[in-house]
Amino acid sequence: MVKVTYVAADGTETIVDADEGSTVMQTALDNSVDGIVGECGGAMMCATCHCYVDDAWSDKTGPRQDGEDDMLECAADAVKPSSRLSCQIKLTDALDGLVVHLPQDQV
Amino acid sequence: MDNIVIVGAGQGGLQAAISLRQDGFTGRITLIGGEEGLPYQRPPLSKAYLKTGDAGALRLRPASFFAKAGIDLIGGLWVDHIDRNAQTVMAGDRVFPYDHLILATGTRNLRPPIPGLDRALDLRTLQDASRLRAALDRPKRCAVIGGGFIGLEFAAVAAGLGHDVTIAEAAPRLMARAVSPAMSERFHALHRDLGTTLHLNAPVTDVTEDGITLQDGSAIGADVVLLAAGVRPNTHLAKVAGLPVENGIVVDAFLLTNDPAISALGDCAVFPNPNTGQPVRLESVQAATDHARLISRRITGKSRDPYAAVPWFWSDQADAKLQIAGLAAPDDEALAGADGTIWRFAGDRLSAVETVNNAKTHMQARKRLAGVPIDRAALFGTGFDISAV
Repeated sequence: MVKVTYVAADGTETIVDADEGSTVMQTALDNSVDGIVGECGGAMMCATCHCYVDDAWSDKTGPRQDGEDDMLECAADAVKPSSRLSCQIKLTDALDGLVVHLPQDQV
Repeated sequence: MDNIVIVGAGQGGLQAAISLRQDGFTGRITLIGGEEGLPYQRPPLSKAYLKTGDAGALRLRPASFFAKAGIDLIGGLWVDHIDRNAQTVMAGDRVFPYDHLILATGTRNLRPPIPGLDRALDLRTLQDASRLRAALDRPKRCAVIGGGFIGLEFAAVAAGLGHDVTIAEAAPRLMARAVSPAMSERFHALHRDLGTTLHLNAPVTDVTEDGITLQDGSAIGADVVLLAAGVRPNTHLAKVAGLPVENGIVVDAFLLTNDPAISALGDCAVFPNPNTGQPVRLESVQAATDHARLISRRITGKSRDPYAAVPWFWSDQADAKLQIAGLAAPDDEALAGADGTIWRFAGDRLSAVETVNNAKTHMQARKRLAGVPIDRAALFGTGFDISAV
């Protein structure tokens, strides 16, 4: 199990136990975390799973994947250096304790 | 309002339920689906699922979600009748009262009157896709009836898995309803290069034990025949209930039928195109979920805005990711940019942008098409850089 903390735009924290190999997006949907929509199901066809990786974790989650920059063009909220598509962050042991912040809007 | 009933538990019906909770609706939500099991995504059925067979990856929400969100999900139940006077929905001996009813009944496969067609497999539900996967357990000869998104996505996967694929399309070009002639050409070449045989202007007249027969009399040997000739909206319930139906359940710009207690969304709904006012029916995840969100905002009083979302579509075929932003009429002009992007124009207004493996332009187009109309001259002036318009 990998622990992930989702911090909503209003500051509310949701801590969930994720399956290794799942993604930050899928884990949010599986645990009814509002604030992630994931409309295209992780096919990199939308930007509705936008999240901000906490500064303490950005080294471990690594850089954006190919194509993420392009999709983030259409994110509903401000895109920052820490912005990622959460469908592209795969959960591994090394990410146990990961903290991501959620934007106000996804669509 | 205490009771909302949603008929249809596809991605649109489910989104309506989710959005209603997120928008603060506290009454009862009953989500009724004809298929057994949890709501799932259909787009991967003709793509990733055919390769992996991983049904778990299709699930939109786990069972625990429905309990937690207070959504009564009833699977495997087909609704028989709507009683608009009593405001109830009947399914067998069960009666569901509603204050508001949302019809998200989707589509069913079009089955043209071709002799022997019962030999052909479908690809619309998880059960269909699972059957089709099972039929492809060893190298086979596959004949596909229909060269639209579903037929072509299947063809690309099947060819990639080493099957021998033939496509028969009745129209003069592939994906004729959805893309420009130039884009049809590009995908024709792609499938030909994958080793697939394509027949255009080739209606199928017979499905036999040996394969399919085309209108010109030629016989194509096949072990597996897939029917992918499009879909028809499920409008029977609405029609019997006396709601206006014309190529779909007719709704206004607020996605209401002419009964203020009944909305319709997604593939089964005909709504006014925000750009032209003309009635349009779209078959896409985008329309289904954007419709659902608007209906939720309207019911919960969060917004009274008419529907104005920019349509977008995608299709994965081999290594080509086709994306369409906007909506072009079939005879809208098509101009090809140097990078392969196709720009469509209704008169001087940019109506749609077709791209392949160019998410950047696609996303910029989606963003820009949501704003003021983009004029042809303005786009020319920037050398077709839509971000600079």
